Amino acid sequence: MSTLSRDEVAHVAMLARIQLTDAELDHLAGQLDQIVEFVAGVGEIAADDIPPMSHPLPLTNVTRPDEVRPSLTADQALANAPASELQRFEVPRILDED
Amino acid sequence: MTDITRLTAAEIADRLAAQEISSVEATQAHLDRIAAVDGDVHAFLHVDAEGALAAAREADERRARGDHVGALTGVPIAVKDVVATQGQPTTAGSRMLEGWVPPYDATLVTRLRAAGMPILGKTNMDEFAMGSSTEHSAYGPSHNPWDLERTPGGSGGGSSAAVAAFEAPLAIGTDTGGSIRQPAAVTGTVGAKPTYGGVSRYGLIALASSLDQAGPCTRSVLDAALLHEVIGGHDPMDSTSIEAPVPPVVEAARRADVTGMRIGIVKEISGEGFQPGVQRRFEESVQLLVDRGAEVVEVSCPTFSQGLAAYYLILPSEASSNLAKFDAMRYGLRVGPQGVESPSAEQVMAASRDAGFGDEVKRRIILGTYALSSGYYDAYYGQAQKVRTLIARDFAAAFEKADVLVSPTAPTTAFRLGEKIDDPMAMYLNDIATIPANLAGVPGLSLPSGVADEDGLPTGFQVLAPATQDHLMYGVGAALEAALLEKWGGPVLAKAPELTAKETVR
Repeated sequence: MSTLSRDEVAHVAMLARIQLTDAELDHLAGQLDQIVEFVAGVGEIAADDIPPMSHPLPLTNVTRPDEVRPSLTADQALANAPASELQRFEVPRILDED
Repeated sequence: MTDITRLTAAEIADRLAAQEISSVEATQAHLDRIAAVDGDVHAFLHVDAEGALAAAREADERRARGDHVGALTGVPIAVKDVVATQGQPTTAGSRMLEGWVPPYDATLVTRLRAAGMPILGKTNMDEFAMGSSTEHSAYGPSHNPWDLERTPGGSGGGSSAAVAAFEAPLAIGTDTGGSIRQPAAVTGTVGAKPTYGGVSRYGLIALASSLDQAGPCTRSVLDAALLHEVIGGHDPMDSTSIEAPVPPVVEAARRADVTGMRIGIVKEISGEGFQPGVQRRFEESVQLLVDRGAEVVEVSCPTFSQGLAAYYLILPSEASSNLAKFDAMRYGLRVGPQGVESPSAEQVMAASRDAGFGDEVKRRIILGTYALSSGYYDAYYGQAQKVRTLIARDFAAAFEKADVLVSPTAPTTAFRLGEKIDDPMAMYLNDIATIPANLAGVPGLSLPSGVADEDGLPTGFQVLAPATQDHLMYGVGAALEAALLEKWGGPVLAKAPELTAKETVR
């Protein structure tokens, strides 16, 4: 089982949209390597023919009638927004300037 | 006059019913206690004196009018900060949610309010419930009332400390891998994790959706059952909520009978690796159950030893997905990357998540993202899910031989603050005995079994029951509690040192 390099940690962190500083990378990479080595222990159990379990209870899809119910007002929904305008969430630019 | 804060919730409820005290008096007594000791304990992130007293006045009026009241109407409670409370800040112990005031109540909070239970405030926790000590809280750790240099456990250390320090008779916790039971064990209090789906998850800030379960933190088994009954039961807002009545937990706690019950000791989560004093109190407790008519059998759950590894794949995987919603766009922290003019949404997202999340949250998100990534999925997450099946099968086989399973709750007594903060693997090992229940979805309860001889700190006894048979763990817990009270002549918390009260200024 390959373990986790510093570069891989930086790559995975960006997949998870976390911009780690160099100091954080130094600190976390070693710890993560140790943790990955530990959790890789699940591979020691022979379980080829065992079905995976995603959930503790037998799940069935739950639906409700498609009817309007009371919900948050726009003001309530926007009350915690970092920025809003015209009853909408205001976000940083999503496209590159060209 | 008796100190109201020393009473159990059931005792407070009795005095409220007899109109010997009012809910306003009970609530004010706990607010005063918080003001006096929480500077040292730091169980609370937010105290809502005004809201709690208003709810208390309403509860008193309800009772005076002769309206229908519940078993706990007027009894104040503290709520873990991972549970959404409308009008009260809810941070989950994270900078990411500093100052966030939810626009809605969690279902369990709706039920507390409907029951007329004043909410004293929100309790401290490890950030997003990731940790076993509260040291991963962005707002500083809580302190164990037994020894302020030690942790009250985690993630729900604020709730356990509040209850142990008599700042609240009741608290709400959440348990993903032991976050109700382990804090209870190290503070000499009671904590119960219901069957998965027994209490609605609607309005809980999700950590790992297939493992999370809310439940009671109290000082007696009966109090836990009473609170369980208030918050439990089907909720259409949570599609994984069990559509069946709450098991007869209060009745079982009152009956406290173990006659003829088969108690299974799980070989893999007791004995070796457990602190001698913890193990000794465990063995004595088992003997007390035998004295009361129970039969002991030894059971083996061989895959439990892989449970920790499976858990630390499943939890981070689910957490990495659940925490993706903290993207700095709709709510929560938003900061720009330094030195970038007109940053993109993606750059703002990555900078905000770096600034808003602490080390442990980053470790687990990165680990989860890695375990779910292409090329690794089968070896990690897929294999962990298979181990989960094997653990559930171990439980099923064990429950063929025994009605309930027992073990020490945590391998050691409370450890010192700072001792394991930068050693994640050492921290994770605390959950060895509590994790299997979450993986299989079965209920578990921890109650005090005494104090360890070597350090004088409390030890915990865990009872696990089959799914939806929560009443069995309450019955066994209450029987053991009664036997221990008889033996000690009083509750274990009477052995805790007095906290120095600060002068109260009203």
